[in-house]
Amino acid sequence: MSPKEKKTGLIFFPAFDWAISETHPEREERLLYTQDQVLEEGLLDFDNIKEFKPGIATYADVNRAHICVPDAQNLTTPSHLISAGGAITAAQKVLTGKVDNAFALVRPPGHHAMLVAHGARGFCNINIEAVMVEYIRHTYGIKKIAIVDTDCHHGDGTQDIYWNDPDVLCISIHQDGRTLYPGTGFSEDFGGPNALGATINIPLPPHTSDEGFLYVLDRVILPILDEFKPEIIINSAGQDNHYSDPITDMRFSAQGYALLNEKLAPHIAVLEGGYSIEKALPYVNVGIILAMAGLDYSHVREPDYNAEQLRQSADITRIIEKEAQNILSLWKRKEKLKAQTVCTNSYFRREKNIYYDTDNITERQTESVRVCNDCGGLVMINSAADTGKKIFAVILPNRCCPQCRKDGESFFEQIGSSLYHHVYFQDREKDIFIVK
Amino acid sequence: MILGIDVGGTHTDAVLVENSVLKKKVKVITDNTNILSSLLSAAQKIIADENISNIKRIVLSTTVSTNAIIQNKIDRVAMVLLGGPGLAPSTLNLGKDTFFISGYINHRGVEVQSVNKDEIGQISQTLQRGNIRQIGIVGKFSSRNPQQELDIAKILENDQRQFSLGHRLSGRLNFPRRIATTYLNAAINQIYGNFVNEVKKFVSRVGGEIPVYILKADGGTILIDQSLSCPVQTIHSGPAASIMGLLATAQIKEDAVALDIGGTTTDISVFAAGDPLLEPNGITINERKTLIRGLYTKSIGVGGDSSVRIENGNICIGPERSGPAAALGGEIPTPTDAMIILDMTDLGSKQKAMDAIAPLARNLNSDIVSAARAILDKTVAIIADNVKQVMDEVNNKPVYTIHELLEGKTINPKKLYVVGGPSALAPDIAKLLGYPYIIPEHSEVANALGAALARTTAEVTLLADTEKRELIISEEGTVTKIPRDFTLEDTISAGKKALREKAGKLGADQADMVMEVTEAQEFSMIKDFCKTGKNIRVKIQIKPGLITARDSR
Repeated sequence: MSPKEKKTGLIFFPAFDWAISETHPEREERLLYTQDQVLEEGLLDFDNIKEFKPGIATYADVNRAHICVPDAQNLTTPSHLISAGGAITAAQKVLTGKVDNAFALVRPPGHHAMLVAHGARGFCNINIEAVMVEYIRHTYGIKKIAIVDTDCHHGDGTQDIYWNDPDVLCISIHQDGRTLYPGTGFSEDFGGPNALGATINIPLPPHTSDEGFLYVLDRVILPILDEFKPEIIINSAGQDNHYSDPITDMRFSAQGYALLNEKLAPHIAVLEGGYSIEKALPYVNVGIILAMAGLDYSHVREPDYNAEQLRQSADITRIIEKEAQNILSLWKRKEKLKAQTVCTNSYFRREKNIYYDTDNITERQTESVRVCNDCGGLVMINSAADTGKKIFAVILPNRCCPQCRKDGESFFEQIGSSLYHHVYFQDREKDIFIVK
Repeated sequence: MILGIDVGGTHTDAVLVENSVLKKKVKVITDNTNILSSLLSAAQKIIADENISNIKRIVLSTTVSTNAIIQNKIDRVAMVLLGGPGLAPSTLNLGKDTFFISGYINHRGVEVQSVNKDEIGQISQTLQRGNIRQIGIVGKFSSRNPQQELDIAKILENDQRQFSLGHRLSGRLNFPRRIATTYLNAAINQIYGNFVNEVKKFVSRVGGEIPVYILKADGGTILIDQSLSCPVQTIHSGPAASIMGLLATAQIKEDAVALDIGGTTTDISVFAAGDPLLEPNGITINERKTLIRGLYTKSIGVGGDSSVRIENGNICIGPERSGPAAALGGEIPTPTDAMIILDMTDLGSKQKAMDAIAPLARNLNSDIVSAARAILDKTVAIIADNVKQVMDEVNNKPVYTIHELLEGKTINPKKLYVVGGPSALAPDIAKLLGYPYIIPEHSEVANALGAALARTTAEVTLLADTEKRELIISEEGTVTKIPRDFTLEDTISAGKKALREKAGKLGADQADMVMEVTEAQEFSMIKDFCKTGKNIRVKIQIKPGLITARDSR
């Protein structure tokens, strides 16, 4: 192995027998040509690339990351548990030292699934990265984790799950929410009161090309990661920023994706979206695998690639530079921001309206977090969906402080279950999940 | 009657089989510098007092191709490659006469860039100057569309040149392996052709019209004339003969593991309900990974003649061979010496074995008999561990559908079959593995028997694309028009028809065409949320096994 080469694990699970519906982008055919290309390039014959069979996530794994309504059994099918299980397998192989890094090339995706899940949104039922992150913290005792979401859509589900968690840095780079689903992810969305700066949003204008992506990687993402010092880096590797993607408007290329992965050097990459299944995915995935394994990816190129045509305008460059400035200055002021944000409140409240586009459900949610200087803070959620389901959840953070624990436990004890279909207690520190 | 001959590294065995029963056997020493003479002398010996007209077929398993590759007695080959985008050429294992040319096919089998005739014309001149006559042509995704390979061959064609085309040798995807396979095929074309000529001369000299078959790596046979276009398929026929020999000498019906314990190595093979497993991608020869269909074997560097030594107080065995055993005049102690001391075999001189083990015993602070026992325990443990590892790998092979993952089909060995010199180790290995052992009879000529009784195998790979309205049979290089409503069932029946024709041509008997659909997948192709067609993928094989047809015996 040359010094640049890394041992890379590949968990490939194309779920050739699962689709949301016959013509849905999330269908059986999605990874077919990717598999063809990976096989034809002979990638699995490299000594430093090894394929592993995915495990199957358990309901307990799901309950560490979500409040599923009514429960994980009803919200998931085997496909979701295998997809999350594949992500967990990737983590296991990396954290037990079998490989240096791993890529879970699995479907269906998960990054739009939020903390409370009443159904599927953005093709996602459960958040496969979050299920993996909670597995990693629970099993390997790792404290600081960074998730860099390079899917074209804002990683709103992952953001929601870690909004109040100062130990999990969520960076999402995506097409500007004013022009694309889910319509969120603006740079001022910066994390909950106890976790300011642990959520970073980098919206990019439509038609951003390789240059723009790599600019924010170099100027924003890498410096922030340097400062945050995560023990592991996860790439939510959506591939719909590609110039040929049918449901987005960006101009990223296979070469760009490969270079991004080389520079970011994630320990674990997990496939998210990406629906240009013939023109992009085969090349992007080969590029990412080669880059992760430290092999030469210079010949990976889409048949119709034309750098000139894809070049971003000077206007776009200016917008991106300004956005980068703005985010960095927020990042530098993150400690001071807390005082301004919380004032004298002891609890901080957010009202949310959440729409589940895939399952056509609307949810109204109130999230209250205890303002705390010692931990991520006790979180309580009151949620009602137009399915008629009404629930309450008490969530204790990882590394919970004694006061938040005391308050949380007593709230859960006092709250009457008569007003709600279910009352949930999720203790991320002690790995306890109770429903009443 | 069938005449089966197996040319092994040490011995060449010939058997005559009548109605599935061994009638006669002959053993001669193999002259590795002249495979043909060994083969002919064994044949001559066994047919000496037989009526030639009773022999209905001759089946050969030879090392002629394997040896040519391992001894590097191969021809210079020019490789013409259509690389397209993807892996950098620097990561491929390429020789000096390699020409990358423009033109490529994509994963759908669509020509993205056409070939350039001028470029090929220039290559033709270079080949002329270098007097290179063996030419391999390989395109990325050529198994999805063979046209570019065919076109290039046409442009380069002249009487001096022989062509090996990637798509003809395997329907599987894997460009680097396709290159290696095609290269090896071209490299042994000439030497193999000469061998076939000599065999045919011999047969016509002794008896005229007997069909001659040759054993392939996948444990199947094909008519020797048909093997001329794909000589590379005949490499590694030795391990294949050994596995087919097990099928011939022991009626394996269950999930099982077989061990062929030799001097230098132990070969592990696996059976699923009596069917020998195939290598998932293709066999590896001389560190080259190929697409050649072959029976699965894992060879480990432990055998009867492995060197035994003590390192830091631990017994180490192999992987280098030091044999013969000290008891047989060798210099270094071996597991065979330990077996001799423990009276498990009556080979050679027990005193010499004791003398060789004595220093090891001192090093281990034990007596000679205990040291011998410890050496065998270690040998047996290594073999058993490797068997467990093989089963683990086999049973953890990735799958790509939810159905298969949840079903979690596994192979659970019920029996251990053991052949080879040190088969006396079988009880101890079986004990560690926890299933009973069987030592089949006639194992000394099992390989020749296996060759004699192996059926003809073949495989076809089909891709039906109803959007393009095309059906491709990869290995045949054929593209036919299909209607838009072509189905998975239609593809399977087209495949079976093609396979029947192919197998017939290769020499299969009707009764032995046991077909198995190994892959059948169907995908809807969607553009802009509308269904545009189906992408149907089918693989059908005639699986390795024994002949049943009465009249061929």
